[in-house]
Amino acid sequence: MTNPPVLDLLAKYDPLIAEHAGLLSTGIRDPFGIVMEKVLSPTEAIIKGRHTILLGTYNYMGMTFDADVIEAGRQALTDFGAGTTGSRVLNGTYQTHAACEEALKDFYGMSHAMVFSTGYQANLGMVSTLAGKGDFIILDADSHASIYDGCKMSNADIVRFRHNDVADLEKRLKRLPPEAGKLVVLEGVYSMLGDVAPLPELVAVAKAHGAMVLVDEAHGMGFFGEHGRGVYEEQGVADDVDFVVGTFSKSVGTVGGFCVSNHPKFEILRLVCRPYTFTASLPPAVIACSTTSIRKLMTAHDKRARLWEATRRLHGGLKARGFRLATDTPESAIVSVLMPDQETTALMWSTLIELGVYVNMSRPPATPAGVFLLRCSICALHSDEQIDIVLAKFEQAAQMAQLALHEHA
Amino acid sequence: MTDRATVYARIIELIEPLNTKKVALTEATSFAGDMEMDSLTVMDLVASMEDEWDIMIPLNLLPDLETIGQVADAVAGLVAKKG
Ligand SMILES: Cc1ncc(COP(=O)(O)O)c(C=O)c1O
Repeated sequence: MTNPPVLDLLAKYDPLIAEHAGLLSTGIRDPFGIVMEKVLSPTEAIIKGRHTILLGTYNYMGMTFDADVIEAGRQALTDFGAGTTGSRVLNGTYQTHAACEEALKDFYGMSHAMVFSTGYQANLGMVSTLAGKGDFIILDADSHASIYDGCKMSNADIVRFRHNDVADLEKRLKRLPPEAGKLVVLEGVYSMLGDVAPLPELVAVAKAHGAMVLVDEAHGMGFFGEHGRGVYEEQGVADDVDFVVGTFSKSVGTVGGFCVSNHPKFEILRLVCRPYTFTASLPPAVIACSTTSIRKLMTAHDKRARLWEATRRLHGGLKARGFRLATDTPESAIVSVLMPDQETTALMWSTLIELGVYVNMSRPPATPAGVFLLRCSICALHSDEQIDIVLAKFEQAAQMAQLALHEHA
Repeated sequence: MTDRATVYARIIELIEPLNTKKVALTEATSFAGDMEMDSLTVMDLVASMEDEWDIMIPLNLLPDLETIGQVADAVAGLVAKKG
């Protein structure tokens, strides 16, 4: 008896393998294979032996090397050990985890906080657990993959509306049965184009149709609003947002995710939310770093001001040099440069890395509407000199990649 | 009255501009396999059909709607249900 031939399950990826190989055969570096050999600071690393300015790390507030944050982690590592080896609902909740949730409640001024192991899991868990069979999830077309995956995991019916389009949201809500449960999922900042949502209008329409609202503030935490809570705070809709999801992997500078809420029944979610229950909790050192970082972010007014200043410098400088940007004004700390096609994007990205500047390359389907982007995320610790070097390198790279720049009006 | 034939004809019109591979459009033509549409394009196409007939096609139904014929059946059904 011989066994039948084994069907190669990876064969379905052959087209992608060919596309990726084609890209690399032109001699450029792999945009998705960067290794940081040494990290010198929140804004500098050694990549392939070269001193590189980091402009694509979402390390908005530069907390990764904060002395207090590191000391808190060191202490927790000594006191509580390397890991918890357990779920939050079994042996994985230490005093450190409880303290972190207290810090989040204080930061957001809310009565409940739940810490997940990543932001991806926070969205996956919240979206899939809140909306069940017979309910509707209404999400923005440009939502993050974790929100789409949460929809897939839920048993709800999924309705998608045009990106940041209030009228389209309203039209789609009108088609839903009035008696059904509804969850509208929004983001404060959309990370591909760096544009901000018109939350007052979107939230008002959601509420007018009896929906609960969840806002992902992954890219808004730390520097939007009086307390740095996010776009929803800055735009004054805190009272109408039912759930805020966030991550520690950006402004907080560690890893982890969370949801905060004032809903009186919130705590039951710990028992029914599978991405919370069926995975190990974050190591105490990570949690202690996060707690310290969150508490410091509450009053980081100078850093916030500096972040906006550096962002305006980069946005204005790129615009003045004729680059096409995704937003006309700097709406967030993400500045996205629009590129014509995959080849130019890859060549431009690769040239920048050779010149010592790291940015993100983004392409469909992660990007909306087939656009190619070079995405820059700014850090409060970027100096004016670093931004100016980046601007010069961008100009140089555009010449080398033969990217047409536009006459500035 | 919007019967299935009318729906089918209109769906073909909506697909045509997105048919970049210029494949022949029949009842059995599949979106991902034959037309090589990515998921974003398919979702945008679904949105245009929702607006055309003022219906709702939840995204979670999409895995079962592989061909033009299957979409026409689903849309005709939803339109009929609307009355
Ligand atoms: C909008 C948004 N939500 C959620 C996440 C997930 O965050 P994490 O890195 O903690 O998994 C990200 C980050 O990629 C994001 O951009």
